[in-house]
Amino acid sequence: MRFALDEAAEALRDATADVLRGYSPGGDAAGTWDKLAGVGVLGTLVPEDQGGLGLDENALVPVLEEIGYSGLPGPAAETIAFAAPLLAGAGLGTAGGGLIAVRAGDGDLIPYGMEAPRLVMDYMVYEQGQLVLEEVPALDPLRPLARVLEVRGAGVQLGAPEGTAWQRGVLGTAALLCGLSRRMLDMTVEYVKRREQYGVPVGSFQAVKHALADAHVAVEFARPAVLAAGWDLSQAAESPIDPVGVAKILASDAARLVARTAIQCHGAMGYTTEYDLHLFAKRVWALAPSWGDADWHRARVATHLGV
Amino acid sequence: MDLTWSAEERAFRHEARAWLTAHVPRPALPSGDTAEGFAAHLEWERALFDARWSAVSWPSRFGGRDASLWEWLIFEEEYYRADAPQRVTQNGIFLLAPSIFEFGTPEQQERILPRMAAARDLWAQGWSEPGAGSDLAAITSRAERDDPAGGWRLHGQKTWTTRGAFCTHLFGLFRTDPAAERHRGLTYFLVDLRSPGVEVRGFERLDGDEGFAEVFFDEAFVPDDGVANGAGVLGGVGEGWRVAMATTGSERGLTLRSPGRFLAAAERLVELYQSRPDPARRNQVVQAWVNAYAYQLFTLQQVTAIADGKQPGAESSLNKLFWSELDVRLHETAMDLLGPDGEANGPWPKGFLFSLAGPIYAGTNEVQRNVVAERLLGLPRTGR
Repeated sequence: MRFALDEAAEALRDATADVLRGYSPGGDAAGTWDKLAGVGVLGTLVPEDQGGLGLDENALVPVLEEIGYSGLPGPAAETIAFAAPLLAGAGLGTAGGGLIAVRAGDGDLIPYGMEAPRLVMDYMVYEQGQLVLEEVPALDPLRPLARVLEVRGAGVQLGAPEGTAWQRGVLGTAALLCGLSRRMLDMTVEYVKRREQYGVPVGSFQAVKHALADAHVAVEFARPAVLAAGWDLSQAAESPIDPVGVAKILASDAARLVARTAIQCHGAMGYTTEYDLHLFAKRVWALAPSWGDADWHRARVATHLGV
Repeated sequence: MDLTWSAEERAFRHEARAWLTAHVPRPALPSGDTAEGFAAHLEWERALFDARWSAVSWPSRFGGRDASLWEWLIFEEEYYRADAPQRVTQNGIFLLAPSIFEFGTPEQQERILPRMAAARDLWAQGWSEPGAGSDLAAITSRAERDDPAGGWRLHGQKTWTTRGAFCTHLFGLFRTDPAAERHRGLTYFLVDLRSPGVEVRGFERLDGDEGFAEVFFDEAFVPDDGVANGAGVLGGVGEGWRVAMATTGSERGLTLRSPGRFLAAAERLVELYQSRPDPARRNQVVQAWVNAYAYQLFTLQQVTAIADGKQPGAESSLNKLFWSELDVRLHETAMDLLGPDGEANGPWPKGFLFSLAGPIYAGTNEVQRNVVAERLLGLPRTGR
């Protein structure tokens, strides 16, 4: 028993974090993705003989947590966790193929559908141009949405619903949510230490401390569940308890609690778009319901538990 | 990452399960927080000790098995899975003993630990006083030096002392420097409750058991050379706060409430749902189980850090907040499933009442949230 990151996972996490330190919300996302690709992040789960890093889900989770923390827009879980290894497995591409948008089965919207060179829909892969898309106004200004109007080319069949690839997508989204939670919590802690009212920092008030303590507890008990789900997927063993669903439940609920708490503790400052907090919160409201929301996964876990 | 148990650990689990299956008393014992139940629980504690299961993580020379923290977690899982009796020796074995290992003299360890493991000496915790609950540094009970007699004389009152009316000994803080304030000038005493000048009066808790006691000290004598009777000073005169903080760290964190307890309760909740399905409550049942599982994973990560030489410190407040809140919600869900039948007393209503104590004892959750905010998040320390 050893519940800690291996050296390879730590090294990739650190390399990812180094690149992401150069990104701030609204900055050069495309350039940052190029740099991440240069470190090999897109091919985390792609075998080495296809240009990938040949790592497993234990390395995937901390990478996506860092991307979540940075707020970098783009189909991160879709590409790195779900599509890249799926395409490589089907002989349809290597790690160098760029970002891939995915319609995960939660509805008809495709995040980043107009931007990514390739799309996966209903487990079929399409090149940009094989689908006629329309843009849909999005809640998260850095996560544009598209809807498919017409299919003009024949896609290629990949994988199957709720298989390993889909589980990786759920896991990756849970990891992104943990990173977003940590970021909003860090921002809020810094803010309430500086912001003074009644002549003292608002972070000295117990009402604020207790709200942030509860948010911190929620995040710190979600993160090990996400790591453990990664380990479970890496073992490719049939698990009786749906660890990936558990991870998504805890990460989604924690992220929504943190978003709400962070905005409240920022007061009116949290209710502006001039300050970056809203971007992280909106990413949470987009990701928490995607790849199965908490209640959807609770229903699945219920089946596993026999209730 | 490696979330599998070794062959040795699996063998340890197998041995624990086999012994517990053969020995856990059926029907369940009456509550250990009543006079009658306590006596029955002592027999159980002695059976545990005879088979060297009472303090598995201790060195074998004190009655343990030299078990690793991992094996201790496994034993706890099996213990609660078997629905074995509550541990009436808990405050000694899990709260005082870690401090004796850390601060005790070799003689204190030799004299006190084996008798504690064997349930011969039964330890109660003497922190709270009528005017000092969460604010432990407000205690006023004091100890005066009696040089001619060679020891200390205790004065004052402790209260809400769990199982105090049934215990033989008490560990607690007393003021030894009357000029010092707050957390300074305190000393950690080990007291034989059968000494002259000690009066113990039991009283009823919310759940109806006589689980609490008030303990009055009127010149009760603690001799310097009292170690044969389990009495004395632990960790040096004036060092009480430092020693006590080590103990409360254990209490909030892992050693008081291992994940096995909540995993077993969550499994029983699943069984309750299966016997009384109520789709409107299904998500609550799932969430209770998810939370117990999350607590287990958190502790696996924590024990790995401890095995790597890190001290949990203020992180133990995270444990305390999480397990106490999950326990209340889990039992509330059980009460919801029982509906009107929950009014008839039984294990779930009893467990529900006990769960309400969790956010209060071992430092209220309000205090824990302050600790998390100030020591883990770095928010300013201020008045309350």
